[in-house]
Amino acid sequence: MSALLEVRDLSVRFGDSRVVAGVDFEIEPGECLAIVGESGSGKSVTARSILGLAGTGARVQASVLRFDTTNLLDASPRRLRGLRGREIGFVSQGALVALDPLLPVGREVADTLRIHTSLTPRQRQTRVVELLAEAGVPEPGLRAAQRPDELSGGLRQRAVIASAVAMRPRLLIADEPTTALDTTVQAGILELLDRLRADGTAILLISHDLAVVSRLASRIAVMEQGRIVETGATAQVLQAPRHPYTRRLIAAVPTDRPRGSRLTVAPVAPAVEVPHDVVLEARGLVRRFGSRTAADDVSFTLERGRTLGVVGESGSGKTTVARLVLGLEHPDAGDVRLLGEPWSSARERDRRVRRPRIGAIYQDALSSFDPRLTVGQILADALSGGRSRRADVSELLLQVGLDPSLARRRPRFLSGGQQQRVAIARAIAPRPDILVCDEPVSSLDVSVQAQVLDLLDDLQRSHGLSYLFITHDLGVVRHMSDDVLVMRDGRVLESGATETVFSAPRQDYTRALIDAAPRIG
Amino acid sequence: MRRFRPVEVFAIVVIALLVIAAVVPGALAPGDPLAIHPLESFRPPSFAHLFGTDESGRDIYTRIVHGTGASLLIGLTATAIGVGLALVFGLLAGLGPRWLDFGTTRFLEVLFAFPGLLLALLFIVIYGPGVVTSTIAVGLATAPGYARIIRSQVLVVRRAPYLEAATVLGRSRTSRIIHHLLPNVSGSLFVLVTLGIGQSIVWASSLSYLGLGAVPPAAEWGAMLSAGRTYITSFWWMTFFPGLFIVLSAVVATMLGRSLQQRLRSS
Repeated sequence: MSALLEVRDLSVRFGDSRVVAGVDFEIEPGECLAIVGESGSGKSVTARSILGLAGTGARVQASVLRFDTTNLLDASPRRLRGLRGREIGFVSQGALVALDPLLPVGREVADTLRIHTSLTPRQRQTRVVELLAEAGVPEPGLRAAQRPDELSGGLRQRAVIASAVAMRPRLLIADEPTTALDTTVQAGILELLDRLRADGTAILLISHDLAVVSRLASRIAVMEQGRIVETGATAQVLQAPRHPYTRRLIAAVPTDRPRGSRLTVAPVAPAVEVPHDVVLEARGLVRRFGSRTAADDVSFTLERGRTLGVVGESGSGKTTVARLVLGLEHPDAGDVRLLGEPWSSARERDRRVRRPRIGAIYQDALSSFDPRLTVGQILADALSGGRSRRADVSELLLQVGLDPSLARRRPRFLSGGQQQRVAIARAIAPRPDILVCDEPVSSLDVSVQAQVLDLLDDLQRSHGLSYLFITHDLGVVRHMSDDVLVMRDGRVLESGATETVFSAPRQDYTRALIDAAPRIG
Repeated sequence: MRRFRPVEVFAIVVIALLVIAAVVPGALAPGDPLAIHPLESFRPPSFAHLFGTDESGRDIYTRIVHGTGASLLIGLTATAIGVGLALVFGLLAGLGPRWLDFGTTRFLEVLFAFPGLLLALLFIVIYGPGVVTSTIAVGLATAPGYARIIRSQVLVVRRAPYLEAATVLGRSRTSRIIHHLLPNVSGSLFVLVTLGIGQSIVWASSLSYLGLGAVPPAAEWGAMLSAGRTYITSFWWMTFFPGLFIVLSAVVATMLGRSLQQRLRSS
């Protein structure tokens, strides 16, 4: 009975649907247990029911739900409030929304201290600065006075962690603490959590990403449809997974998977022979916004049937490059040539007739669809401005691995992976030569991401498509691209064949990025 | 589609009755709204005269039913004028160059500085009272509100990623505006319009009440309200029933708007 947290036969129901069923686990001090699964597997609900925050309408049952000596099931709301923040810290999913936009972040951290301690305001202030510094926030005194919108995503997440660990809780629950953060920032957060663990904090880590988890967790519980299907020591689960679902999750991680290998078990599409002409050429692109230079002397070429990866952290100018290439922004200097002809210097009227040659998919597929239209209408519109036959739409849906019956649905009722497939179907409808993919899998679960990446790979082979593939994820870029462009502050830092750049990076920054990429093992 | 809630059923039934009254008033009240029966003046509500009679012995129920067309038509036309003007201003401001947006927005703000009814009164002072001018006046007075909403909707939709996606697919500016921007702006506009009809009916009736719109003996609700004003202490039914119908029609139009809003949001 040395476990700090013990959960036996936990189940949670919302109305008639059971989202968590018969979950058992325990965590000891100084140990990190990771619960891994896809969205909807019930992992977040599990974490939240420990805190008594499963949500309205949730019916939580368990034979044991014990934290230290407290039975959490019977505990009064008052007792639970006392535990939350003081004994159990919680780092929630979106650091972008977990902070009050009107409060300086220092106040947010100070609030925890105000509620649970009797420190004077001056002592609190000192402590807040200490905590922020400890969470790796540079210039903590200055940052404490800033509001969340003045901080980057990484700093905000650090502030959330600082407030969660302010009372030195014995258990820290972290729900997707690094999702949506840049790779190097993610590495820093994971290090911070690991330091807390080494100091004796028990950590319950919730994530869909096995690679993230493998850095931190000593044990892994794999959750599928509300049940834990496999549990064991991290090394054992990762190297000798017993359950097929675990194997699928592991196979889906693109990091260190060579170009052309499959992330899912599905037959490979036959390849078409394509000529190796240059389809896209950028020369000395410069784009300034006020005093900021978003793209500075960016040049590259893209051949037919190949993929050029553009990798960099947020603010590095990747998206500006995508918009320049798509002819949505006009370069201040330099030019883009499409299929050997002037593109960025052409007039929009002339460009419009050539636009079907170059398509785009985005990170947020849903917002790229007209909300009034059904999937079928969206695709019909992309095919020929609405005059296409229903059979063409079905054919398109089949090509991206969707059931033609989805044509009648509206995109917002589809899953994230399905939405991105519809976006891909729309992009390939005019039979383009080039697809610009701007973070197309960044908001998808790893296993869904794997399916979408494989789909893109298949389409490239069967249609001879060229991709300009923009991402912050080094694992994805390495898996997808033939050549790679590393960007920082609007400049191309390094470029070359992907394997060369990854195995022998010439720049320190590239090396740091590669080292920071989470990988299994 | 979800099932109808009781309030929605109520609103739909009332609206159906109002529409019947407006189109074929004779079906609901066979009498003549203008027929005078001096011997039966000031009768309280009874089975013979459901809502009583007025100072000339005219049946108030008949007059209300026959006045529905005028009142609703004024409300609808005024809203149409208001939304039509607002569309022009809103689209100019939302889609035009920056100087045009600036000019239009400042102009709308000047109009906003005056209460709507005052604006309508000003228009009537210039062009003289009457049903037509008061309808136009109400339309003019409501336009700035709609225009501002349309402008902000246009600005939101204009920057929406799906418009950019349409650009990437090679759609022209005109095609993007017609196929994506206008339908998405008008979706929310439709709801506002149903909400606005109620308001327009009240305003048009207010103008008639002030003697600036329809004038007695025309069977228009606002005018009837005004005519009954002199007798309000002794013969309450002369003002109560026209007033009730003004409120009722405004309320059901608003209820319909609200439920449409909720349905659009959840579908």
